[in-house]
Amino acid sequence: MSYTKRNDGRKFDETRPIEAKAGIIKRADGSAYFKMGKTVAYAAVYGPREIHPKFLQNPKNGKLRCFYNMMPFSSMGDRVRPGANRRAKEIAMVTEKALLPVVDLTEFPNSVVDVFIELPQTDAGTRCAGICAASMALADAGISMNGMVAAVSIGRVDDKLVVDLDYSEESYEDGTVADIPIAVVSRTGEISLLQMDGELSRDDLKKALEMAKKSCSKIDKIQKDALKKKYEVKNE
Amino acid sequence: MGKLLVKEKTIVTPGEELAEGMDFLPAEGTFRDKDKIISSGLGLVNINGRIIKTIPVAGRYAPKKGDTVIAKVTNILMSGWILDIDSAYSAVLSVKEAKDFIRRDADLTKYYSIGDYIVTDIVMVTSQRLVDASMKGPGMRKLIGGRIINVNCHKVPRIIGKKGSMVSMIKQATDCSITVGQNGVVWINGSPENEIIVVKTIRKIEQEAHISGLTDRIKIFLEKETNKKINIEKVE
Amino acid sequence: MNNQQKDHILNFLEKGIRFDGRKLDEYRKIKIEKGFSENAEGSSKVSIGNTEVLAGVKMSVMEPYPDTPDEGTMMINVELLPLSSPNFEPGPPGIQAIELARVVDRGIRESKTIDTKKLCIKKGEKVWSIIVDVCPINDDGNLFDASALAVVAALQDTKMPSYNGKVVDYKKKTKDALPLNLKKIPTSCTVSKIGNHFIVDPVSEEEEKVEARLTVEIEEDGTLCALQKGGDNPLTAEDIDKMVGIGIEKSKELKKLL
Repeated sequence: MSYTKRNDGRKFDETRPIEAKAGIIKRADGSAYFKMGKTVAYAAVYGPREIHPKFLQNPKNGKLRCFYNMMPFSSMGDRVRPGANRRAKEIAMVTEKALLPVVDLTEFPNSVVDVFIELPQTDAGTRCAGICAASMALADAGISMNGMVAAVSIGRVDDKLVVDLDYSEESYEDGTVADIPIAVVSRTGEISLLQMDGELSRDDLKKALEMAKKSCSKIDKIQKDALKKKYEVKNE
Repeated sequence: MGKLLVKEKTIVTPGEELAEGMDFLPAEGTFRDKDKIISSGLGLVNINGRIIKTIPVAGRYAPKKGDTVIAKVTNILMSGWILDIDSAYSAVLSVKEAKDFIRRDADLTKYYSIGDYIVTDIVMVTSQRLVDASMKGPGMRKLIGGRIINVNCHKVPRIIGKKGSMVSMIKQATDCSITVGQNGVVWINGSPENEIIVVKTIRKIEQEAHISGLTDRIKIFLEKETNKKINIEKVE
Repeated sequence: MNNQQKDHILNFLEKGIRFDGRKLDEYRKIKIEKGFSENAEGSSKVSIGNTEVLAGVKMSVMEPYPDTPDEGTMMINVELLPLSSPNFEPGPPGIQAIELARVVDRGIRESKTIDTKKLCIKKGEKVWSIIVDVCPINDDGNLFDASALAVVAALQDTKMPSYNGKVVDYKKKTKDALPLNLKKIPTSCTVSKIGNHFIVDPVSEEEEKVEARLTVEIEEDGTLCALQKGGDNPLTAEDIDKMVGIGIEKSKELKKLL
């Protein structure tokens, strides 16, 4: 058996259609919407602001704090019970680490920048969509950053490496699947998130990282264009 | 010979390359990476000879010594007042920095009570972002009546205009009292109809601050809204 | 909020005008979009000015409650996401979210807009359960009315998943809508009191100054199906009569949007 044609007809190195918008949540200091196929992520940034409880203050640096949440009605099938479960907490933590290398909060000691990621609809690749939205929201909030972060999940479906797994591929039944979410610091090509579920050869990992870099540079352009679009001259 | 990669006054995103070669010098909002100058935030490019910087278009207020801000009294201590300056940090106004001489045993709420808005100067900001305010000096006062709106603090220079020309024009057109704090807190007092025009005008400036020809557009807008001719010369 | 600023807003209201130029009984622009989600059984996105909420319906099959063995169940839940306002914090729902959910829930339940008997699959054994979750994306005031509209719109949008007697197949949505009694569908209008003035649809800035509010949920024929008085100050019987009157008037406008 071999995975010769993707379920939705995409090329192996093609992401699902992407839609990105910046500044959609008026009360937030920065915000973004990032849609990848049927997976939708909102991100809002509040801060720098005072941190509670106070013992979390760091006198040398501002703190970046991320939250990840799937809305109760976001997935096909059962309702997602509200509240942060173990999975949500781990994803929030790795999201924080994925963004940390680009964010500079040295000018804001003792403060916190909160990033809230919410998913109203999910179809695999939620942490990647969340990271893409969060990176845009941080930029939109005017946070000092030495670059942006893009993320995509690379999958091994049977014998093929594919970009941006959707749920139907994640649950492919005629062979084995590995899911490898990867975040790339766009300017340097460094990897700031790497996880993997499934089995993978060392060679395939190398290839997967290359594929992620290529895809992420395309995503990076979409993110940047969306940020600029907010400031375009509107013809009256 | 170095090469510029962006034009003056364009919007750039974090991590974007602005110039190549060692002849250019990075200033605020930029940094050097090998032979390249990179943007470290969302901002407008400003090229001054060999010096390249970006002017931020978003972000919360960071208190600076010498700024005049509008602050809200949030708490009263033995020795002074705690002020919310719409920033990650609160400011402290000590009794001896109040406008009048205040006796040790005086009831401080008689001077400024919780919820009051005051115009005050930032006189000190420490490395740990402890902020001291003072009411000594011209223009420092408690604001009586009126309403408060919050604007993007990076647009304050455009709302004020060159030598105060923009805000004078709005005052002239609407007969409202207007005070603009560097922290993006704006106080407006006038008749209901006119205050609504002021708010609309300020929102328009906020949105179009980076697009050239602002003064003319705002003049036309104000004339249309107020049905009055505005004489710009008189403003100067 | 000090008295000075309070006086300023009262000056405005005295002249029949709000800080944003609206009349006292004027809503901001309302937009209702149904079916934004492919995964929920029903969904809606409602915006009132800058306030924006999402609602989604999830259905499942469960055992009925012993006291209503032949009726399906319904629950409404509100998550005040910290994404939507600097005033909300992560964590379990606070009293604000609970009140909001329960008031919207009462409007739907008491109006009997859902024919719960028709949601019975096998008496005493299996019934459909409906859970509607409301998630604000941006809170710029009046989450009560926005949430109530979103819940009704999401229920109207719902298509039952197929059920073979053993498992629910969520991927196969049927063409069957929920058993809704359209004549009974409630609309919610929250009337707020500032000084001696009554306003509808306050923005966040106005909400801080509201002394008392009354949420009025109304069926099409003007029958009241739920009430909730909120805010720190009491209301007189005359106040209440006026507020209900405004609510009934406004609900006619809101009804047209659904």
